[in-house]
Amino acid sequence: MGSTVFKGGIHPDYHKELTATMAVTAMKAPEKVVIPLQQHIGAPCEPLESIEVGTEVKIGQKIAQSSGFVSAPIHASVSGKITAIGPYNHPLGRPVEAITIESDGEEKWDDSIKPAGNPDNLTAEKIREIVREAGIVGLGGATFPAHVKLSPPPEKKIDIVVINGAECEPYLTADHRVMLENPEEIVFGLKMMIKALGAEKGVIGVEDNKPDALKVLEQEVAGEDNITVASLHTKYPQGAEKMLIQVTTGRIVPAGGLPLDVGVVNHNVGTAVAITNAVREGKPLVERVLTVTGSGINRPQNLMVRVGTLVSDVLEHCGGLKEETVKLIIGGPMMGLAQPSPDIPVIKGTSGILALTGEDVYLAESSPCIRCAKCVDHCPVQLLPTSIALASEHEMFKKAEKLHAMDCFECGCCAFVCPSKIPLVQWIRIAKAEIAKANKK
Amino acid sequence: MDKKMIVSSSPHVRSIESVQSVMTDVLIALFPVALMAVLLFGYQALITMVISVVTAMLVEALWLRKKDIFNDGSAAVTGLLFAMVLPPSPPWWLVVVGAAASIIIGKQVFGGIGYNIFNPALVGRAIVLVSWGGYLAGNVWSPPQPFAFGADVSAVTGATALAGQGEALSYSLTQLFIGTVPGCLGETSALALLVGGAWLYYKGHIDWRIPLGYLGTVFVMGVIFGGGFYDNHLMTGLFHVLAGGVMLGALFMATDMVTTPVTPVGRLIFGIGCGLITMLIRIWGALPEGVTYAILLMNAVTPIIDNFTVPKQFGGVKKNA
Repeated sequence: MGSTVFKGGIHPDYHKELTATMAVTAMKAPEKVVIPLQQHIGAPCEPLESIEVGTEVKIGQKIAQSSGFVSAPIHASVSGKITAIGPYNHPLGRPVEAITIESDGEEKWDDSIKPAGNPDNLTAEKIREIVREAGIVGLGGATFPAHVKLSPPPEKKIDIVVINGAECEPYLTADHRVMLENPEEIVFGLKMMIKALGAEKGVIGVEDNKPDALKVLEQEVAGEDNITVASLHTKYPQGAEKMLIQVTTGRIVPAGGLPLDVGVVNHNVGTAVAITNAVREGKPLVERVLTVTGSGINRPQNLMVRVGTLVSDVLEHCGGLKEETVKLIIGGPMMGLAQPSPDIPVIKGTSGILALTGEDVYLAESSPCIRCAKCVDHCPVQLLPTSIALASEHEMFKKAEKLHAMDCFECGCCAFVCPSKIPLVQWIRIAKAEIAKANKK
Repeated sequence: MDKKMIVSSSPHVRSIESVQSVMTDVLIALFPVALMAVLLFGYQALITMVISVVTAMLVEALWLRKKDIFNDGSAAVTGLLFAMVLPPSPPWWLVVVGAAASIIIGKQVFGGIGYNIFNPALVGRAIVLVSWGGYLAGNVWSPPQPFAFGADVSAVTGATALAGQGEALSYSLTQLFIGTVPGCLGETSALALLVGGAWLYYKGHIDWRIPLGYLGTVFVMGVIFGGGFYDNHLMTGLFHVLAGGVMLGALFMATDMVTTPVTPVGRLIFGIGCGLITMLIRIWGALPEGVTYAILLMNAVTPIIDNFTVPKQFGGVKKNA
């Protein structure tokens, strides 16, 4: 083990008590789902040839896919009739092609959904295929297709699989509940990943502000000789890939590199459960656990929600938004995306729906940088956020690149601590986009 | 449901810290120093501090045409720090001119808070020092009269401990630590300065690198080049740390956020540089004390230091910038 604490980071108010003790309940399937064809990083999906307006579909039926390798197919999440195919609002901002299904209320699963056979007899190749066909993506929010991470190039030997149960974003408790309620599925999913990768061992990392989850998982892995549970210091962004790998394995992912460069693959706890469901029952990813919370929500809770459910329907299920709500966020408060309206679907990567009232959102104007260097001291990747932001503001993007702007993963620690309330992440994002554009030419 | 929500870039939550809260913390940190100044130098110290703070706040408010004279608190900090580097009872007009110069020439002409290159309080001090040196150099220093609030301390004056070996040997290290020696209002008591510095460190407003780099360099150079006149070489090193303005400079002036490097290595270099220049002036220079010029000179090279000390990013390979 290397250092047990990563450099930098912050201790925000977590507000997890709003939902931490509330068991996951399944939200009734909505009357209508809107399923975007882009829910993952990579090539967008195209509707299957048999899919058009008027087609009857069942739960779990594949409705769209892509020929690209870095992609994940998409499945119907309710049974019913397709009523529209066209652009629809999307949590990432721009409207995206989506398939709208009106539920017939019968909740019939597709006939193709069946177990692949005894999991012990599955080959690595078969596990990868099951994961790909199930449309599983990283459920922590990054939505990278899970099967791609299970198919490293042959020259990269993977020996450790790290499972991310840190859930370092304030407010969110979905992963916490999954760890408490599905520990067996997490460990089984981890075993499948270890098998698919030919890895030697697995580590499940959990922040120590969730002692109950640590206890449950430790009991679950008690009989396993190659799986351990690591109790992690509670500090944001502990769940960030590079920080998590550093504290669980002692390995440093090189700048600009990937975890597989140091023999590690990591997945979220929810992804592990999804893989288990796919292997054991043949179930594709059609629903997920998310936390609906924040000072603007009347009844905060953890919900199992069908992919494609409109956020407005989820909010209604939770008693609606309070009048004082000023911000609606998909994801957590540190890295989530603010939404103009709840008329957007829940997608595979939606880990939380957060509504904040004015008291919790700092809306002050920014003032000039006083060079206090708090952003420097709290940056987990040791950048100079204030200098990059200044370069970006003056359109000196070459300089921003020299200052390693591309290594920023936008965790938001810098902007969080800034006493001048400068939107540092926004400036750095602009620099990153410009640098990427310039390098493409 | 039709109400439009605010859309802005993440993060959506912020710490409650603001420029005003940081400046307020600096004022709190200066409280023990100011209290000690009043205990040692009486009502005249209090008057000097009040004139300086009020002038600085008024001048800044007038310049910015703002009604809120406290505003972000930075002018009050500058005003108080300027008073700290003055003798106990300078003429009132000198305090006014210096405090106004600190704000206008030290800060506002560069564009205001965040844009100034030099420490504003030290700019003010440098200006009054070269203009009316007779009030700030030589035998103008009043010995403290502890707990005699109403006494006229300016009745007796002499030199500071840094004037020569004879003056140095007339004060014990304990006196230098407690502060019962002649000197500027805020510089004499190492004890009070350490209490204030500890508060700033606890609040996360200063980093150890600048103060320790500064004090460490002064100590080491004092040991090696100090001549060992003060009992022995180690004691002479300690004398140089405790005497004069080094403590005040290291904890409150060289740690000014705006005018010092943002990179961790840069901060260490800054501290060491301040220490080197201070000791060069003290031991080989023509002036008895060199803190003001040391910090101002290092302020000038801060952008260069920042440029050459960009840290290696997480997982990055070391290469020369």
